[in-house]
Amino acid sequence: MSNVNVVDAALGNEYPGIVPLPENESVPRVVNAWSLDDWSSLLGAIFASLALVWLLYVQILPTAGKFGFFLLWYLAFVGLYGLITSMSHPRPIVVDRVMAAVIAGGAGFVLLALAWTVGYVLYRGWPAYHHWNFYSSDMTGIAPTDPLTKGGILHALVGSGIELAIAVAISLPLGLGTAVYMTEVGGKLSKVVRTVIEAMTALPDLVAGLFIYAFLIVALGYSRDGLAAALALSITMLPIIARSSEVVLKVVPGGLREASFALGATHWQTVRKVVLPTARPGLATALILGIARGIGETAPVLIVAGVSTFFNANPLKNPMNSLPLFGYEGLRSGEPGFITRGYGAISVLLAVVIVLFIIIRLLARQRVSNR
Amino acid sequence: MTAALLDQPPGGPPAQAEDAPRVLARGLSKVDRVFHASARSVGVFVLVLTGSIGVFLGYQMIPTIHRYGWSFFTENRWVPQLNVFGISSAVVGTIQVAVMALAIAFPLALMTALFITEYAPRRLQSWFISLVDLMSAVPSILFGAWAVAALQPHALFIARWISRWFGWIPIFKVPSAPGGPGAAAFSQHSFALSPFIAAIAVSMMVIPLACSVMRNVFSQAPIGEREAAYALGSTRWGMIRAVVLPFGRRGIIGGTMLGLGRALGETVAVLLIISLDFGLKVRVLENGTVTISSLIANNFGDASPAQLSALLAAGFVLFLMTLAVNTGAAVIISRSRSGEGLDV
Repeated sequence: MSNVNVVDAALGNEYPGIVPLPENESVPRVVNAWSLDDWSSLLGAIFASLALVWLLYVQILPTAGKFGFFLLWYLAFVGLYGLITSMSHPRPIVVDRVMAAVIAGGAGFVLLALAWTVGYVLYRGWPAYHHWNFYSSDMTGIAPTDPLTKGGILHALVGSGIELAIAVAISLPLGLGTAVYMTEVGGKLSKVVRTVIEAMTALPDLVAGLFIYAFLIVALGYSRDGLAAALALSITMLPIIARSSEVVLKVVPGGLREASFALGATHWQTVRKVVLPTARPGLATALILGIARGIGETAPVLIVAGVSTFFNANPLKNPMNSLPLFGYEGLRSGEPGFITRGYGAISVLLAVVIVLFIIIRLLARQRVSNR
Repeated sequence: MTAALLDQPPGGPPAQAEDAPRVLARGLSKVDRVFHASARSVGVFVLVLTGSIGVFLGYQMIPTIHRYGWSFFTENRWVPQLNVFGISSAVVGTIQVAVMALAIAFPLALMTALFITEYAPRRLQSWFISLVDLMSAVPSILFGAWAVAALQPHALFIARWISRWFGWIPIFKVPSAPGGPGAAAFSQHSFALSPFIAAIAVSMMVIPLACSVMRNVFSQAPIGEREAAYALGSTRWGMIRAVVLPFGRRGIIGGTMLGLGRALGETVAVLLIISLDFGLKVRVLENGTVTISSLIANNFGDASPAQLSALLAAGFVLFLMTLAVNTGAAVIISRSRSGEGLDV
């Protein structure tokens, strides 16, 4: 501004009708600010559509229902908002505003629906999971009419924990080893391995369970116990862990490897001392991703593990329950007490997944800050 | 030249200046040979393990087709008592539920992804991203539990409304509903267990998955092109249409197909809602359908070995469908400009 003023003063220019800004006031112009017109057209459209829909939908037309009301209100709002804007703005701005309203509405709908889902399950499970006995006892001898102060999910918690521990013990070394093979050793065969592993990520979890059932239990006569369920889980977790570890190992900078080789390290020393430690947070994320997937798998345990009501910490003998299976069986039982306990078990499962997810986020943040 | 210089012993130039390159150690040390061999054996073991699962499933096709003939694919009923086994209704039902779920999920996921990358306030953005990523990791039983008790009573009315006003379209027809249009009373039993409601439940788990892929792609749209669009006087929507959507087109398709892959294999939520019906029909608002996964989950328990191999063959068909969709998604994403460096 000041430069222009200097030039104008030197040239003796004068612009009639334009008052130059005071020299010292260097307040930046506010771009994209909402003017009174913008606010009033938005609020006006909201209230006008509400009034219109209330009049038509509730009072005049023979229609009813909350969902229809809110849907129509939203549609009327978008229409009126476009109409009001078109009175004072050109077409591109009208389109821009209408699309903003549509997109924000769709996103708001999704967020509300997700919140409804989570909130509903937590609400339904509350009568069960706020009792301490829900975590400290199993369902042995619990009748459908027993109050929620009796019985709990201890057996399912322990079962989920043991099955997951076995599944991780199997799928982590295999998955990590395969990832190291694919990224570090390589060769023609590794491309085949990668293709097959990518294909196996498409294997539906239910079919993995059915495979274990048909192969291990029916063909080989093995019993339906915790180990069989853990094997089914490890089949679904192995491709996930292998693929996500491979991605993590791939992004380890090649310069680090070359520096290690240049210092005379062998390949094995490089992998053990340089590549794996560098990728450790990412590998932990890959592992937790696998665990989060494994703990929620209902379909394989539904097929492989028998339902049980009693505490069993031995994965080699007798059926073993798990959290998703407990929830599923509770929902299917039709008994109000069991249904509530089912919602409680699913709430606990959700809490476990959220905790795992927070750990992933913290690890990812750590990785960024280490760089 | 430098190598030759370095090779000279410290005591000055060698006695006979034979200009030969230093012999470098070729091949691997003993430790590395062991390391490579063991890594390779782990890879081969996993290859054999996972490959044999696929082969095992595929092998079940042979006795099944041998026993039931090609009618295994064309027969719609699955009646163990009559020894009649076919998967055509299950394949149709699976596709029906998945496509409907996608039809609901696609616009909502796209809008949510656009909102998160383009419209959401900066401070809330990371929260929305975390929320959507978290929801895509949430077990499907949660959505099933929500749908069976919270969604069903509401979705019922939507289904009834659609069938009343759009019943003339064959897929929305519900012949078993008593009373014509305008009937005040209706039997909710005609609508409650329909593939439509199952598809809504499945769409709820597809939305976060598809949304997080799309969001990832949209956020990679080059900042320079965005600013160029704004500098040319574009509105925000104009910028999205000219820069973000073309850039992310293949990511949108790829994310949607990944969601389709998940929708095809979904078991529990579908099983909790639908009533099994082997009729080969496409009336989506009416009670009863069957998907491959619900067929398996319902029948594996008291299956004879022959029936079990038929179920495994059905599972193999499902696996092939999912594999085709996932492979298509991977190809589309990797070919796109936005797909470089994006892992899904």
